[in-house]
Amino acid sequence: MKLFKQLALVAVSTGLALSAHAAGGAEHAHPPEEGWPFEGPMGQFDQEALQRGYQVYREVCASCHSMKLMSFRNLSEAGGPFYSGDYPPNENPLVKAFAAEAEVFKGYDDYGDPVYGPATAADRFPSPFSNDNAARIANGGALPPDLSVITKARHGGASYIYSLLTGYPAYEEVDLDGNIEFPRTDAYGSDHGTDDHGDGHGSSDGSHHEPHGLLNQPIGQYYNPYFPGDTTPQWTGDPRHIPAGGFLAMAPPLADGQVVYMDGTEATVSQMSSDVAQFLAWAGEPKQAKRKSAGLKTIIFLSVFAMLLWLSYHQIWEKVEH
Amino acid sequence: MSGHQSTYNPQTGIEKWIDERLPLPRLVYDSFVDFPTPKNLNYWYTFGGILAFCLATQIATGVVLAMHYTPTVDEGFASVERIMRDVPYGWLLRYIHANGASMFFLAVYIHIFRGLYYGSYKAPREVLWILGCVIFLLMMGTAFLGYMLPWGQMSYHGANVITGLIGAIPIVGESIQIWLMGGPSIGNQTLQRFFSLHYLLPFMIAAVVILHIWALHVPGNNNPTGVEVKDVKKDTVPFHPYYTVKDGFAIVVFMIIFSAFVFYMPNALGHTDNYIEANPLVTPSHIVPEWYLLPFYAILRAITFDLGPIDAKLLGVIFMFGSIAVLFVLPWLDTSTVKSLRYRPTARRFFYAFLVCSIGLGWCGAANPDDPLPGLKFGSDKLLVTYIDTEGNNASSMFEEYEEAQAFIEEQPAEAGASLGIQKGGAIRFIHLAQLLTLYYFAYFLVILPLLGLTERPKDEPESIHKAVLQANGHGSKADEKAAGEAVPIPAE
Repeated sequence: MKLFKQLALVAVSTGLALSAHAAGGAEHAHPPEEGWPFEGPMGQFDQEALQRGYQVYREVCASCHSMKLMSFRNLSEAGGPFYSGDYPPNENPLVKAFAAEAEVFKGYDDYGDPVYGPATAADRFPSPFSNDNAARIANGGALPPDLSVITKARHGGASYIYSLLTGYPAYEEVDLDGNIEFPRTDAYGSDHGTDDHGDGHGSSDGSHHEPHGLLNQPIGQYYNPYFPGDTTPQWTGDPRHIPAGGFLAMAPPLADGQVVYMDGTEATVSQMSSDVAQFLAWAGEPKQAKRKSAGLKTIIFLSVFAMLLWLSYHQIWEKVEH
Repeated sequence: MSGHQSTYNPQTGIEKWIDERLPLPRLVYDSFVDFPTPKNLNYWYTFGGILAFCLATQIATGVVLAMHYTPTVDEGFASVERIMRDVPYGWLLRYIHANGASMFFLAVYIHIFRGLYYGSYKAPREVLWILGCVIFLLMMGTAFLGYMLPWGQMSYHGANVITGLIGAIPIVGESIQIWLMGGPSIGNQTLQRFFSLHYLLPFMIAAVVILHIWALHVPGNNNPTGVEVKDVKKDTVPFHPYYTVKDGFAIVVFMIIFSAFVFYMPNALGHTDNYIEANPLVTPSHIVPEWYLLPFYAILRAITFDLGPIDAKLLGVIFMFGSIAVLFVLPWLDTSTVKSLRYRPTARRFFYAFLVCSIGLGWCGAANPDDPLPGLKFGSDKLLVTYIDTEGNNASSMFEEYEEAQAFIEEQPAEAGASLGIQKGGAIRFIHLAQLLTLYYFAYFLVILPLLGLTERPKDEPESIHKAVLQANGHGSKADEKAAGEAVPIPAE
């Protein structure tokens, strides 16, 4: 067993080495208070949250963000938000209806003219812009990232999405000139301002100092403590203690009551953020629930197999001194 | 072993027929069934079998992944995600392959340190060791090429850094770099040749593995005592079933650890930036290689000074390649005739320091070189106001408090152009640690091992494996009962 202790040591030191990757100037992303249902080895998605999350994506995010790797049929596949055992994925009436609202290029007719028609469940999610340049010009020069694998492409995953969406300063915290006074008053109950884990670049000496000063948002840019960036050029105050985070071109996208949930859930910013973060976590890897259940079976099988081999080993070596 | 007579005895007519024409069953029988193996091999010796399993897994999953992957800059990234989403069990294949690379390196590092500890590189196993080093080099090449294929941000920018290193070689470097990239910059042609070579190299590894096993079977296994087999009957057991079952058990335990990564934390060893499609115009905030290359990356970055006509960049490349090259000549650097560190207590301490040094280099490789080491910062950062004084000279003043600095700036006339900056407090930084550890890395091979063999007084080795086993099991003296697997001196009988 000494070997395994040493193996564990190697694993821990590897983990330590890797955790250094995460160092940066942004606040540490956090999940909602109740945590994520899909986390942990047994975690599964909450289908209703996924449905609400899809609604938020469709009605809010999709006006700027594409999800090029997603097809409508994914929504009705096993584990998806609208999965139903009664229909094969392509025949799910709800999903067919969602798809049909989009008009897509279907091919060329016999005369060589392009044909457009309602999308089917097999079609991809429509992109809001026809290309990156069109997306940039409509968004002040910034390209809204594709959201297909966004939770795998950011440190913190779903927690990053949730923290970013709930982390903007409240409307009344920003004056007409775009100035934000630090220390900030707290907007949505997130824990920045009082904690000491999310220190900025300035306080690398270990002691924590609250930033005191004024942060000026450039026009068309919005401050967010969870967005990795640099606040130094816009900061009036001690340069050793700059606010964590950075500026992004996305204005706070959510306001209370922005969507009307079909299931009657109250659409607070925190609720919508949590729902859409779960939807994006699912979309980033639709097979993850299947992966975890396959993992449990595999590890049980391997453990029994290892036990049998261990017993065989003892029986075979019984008569040999070694 | 070379002196070992074949004990294969064909029973049936067809076996005899084959044996007279191509004695392959005989070769397999003599190599993997009746091969005499020292009976005192511990679990550190199971990593050879584990590595064979890793190679087979990588090739099997890789061949299927290649059926679904498209090596073009436009479709590479999306085709990997298509494997994850639409290919039946594609997510499993890809996660096994991606984490399999990490597991492969984890196992190979343990295997190499095992060899260092028990002196497995010493006569008569020098060729065996060198072939192992060749496999290690090929593995690093294969892993680097494979990391390019998902065409993520780290793939692209990592490849840029590594091909740039080759460009640092004087005179021929730039030509080699262009030849590798297939053009003046990394593009579609690079991805396609990297894919082709990524498919080729594993089979070259497999070929060298066959040579490695051949070179192992000529002198036979080393063992924890480092004493050669004296009496085949007393010192050894047949490979099958004794080591097939022991290796088999170890492989399955390894598979459980492997599965924990594949099924529950498949992306823990990767980098989030690699889920962003490659974009030559956006450079990630810091480019780091996969964890298993970090120690070498740390050595590369530790060299920040020029040496004579050699600039720092080239010197870093020389040191990085040197850190692997030194392994090739290790059999001739270690002057001690005692193989196992069980009987070299002084050398053992240096070995453990070397182990810590290697892990420490990995830590430095992951960190930002200019960051202070945790807890090793002296003095706080000060505020530095730079301005032009009344005589037109550049001047600066230091302040502790922001308010004082601000008041000072306001006192200055506008034409002084006073600006505020930070004067960093003193600290020992990762770069310093990396330099220290790099020094130890090379000193271990080039100074410590050559000198130690001449000066140290090793403990007595046991007479034979058989006697060492009896001793360890308490048949010699009761006091040595806990000696199994421990480095306790065994008096000669």
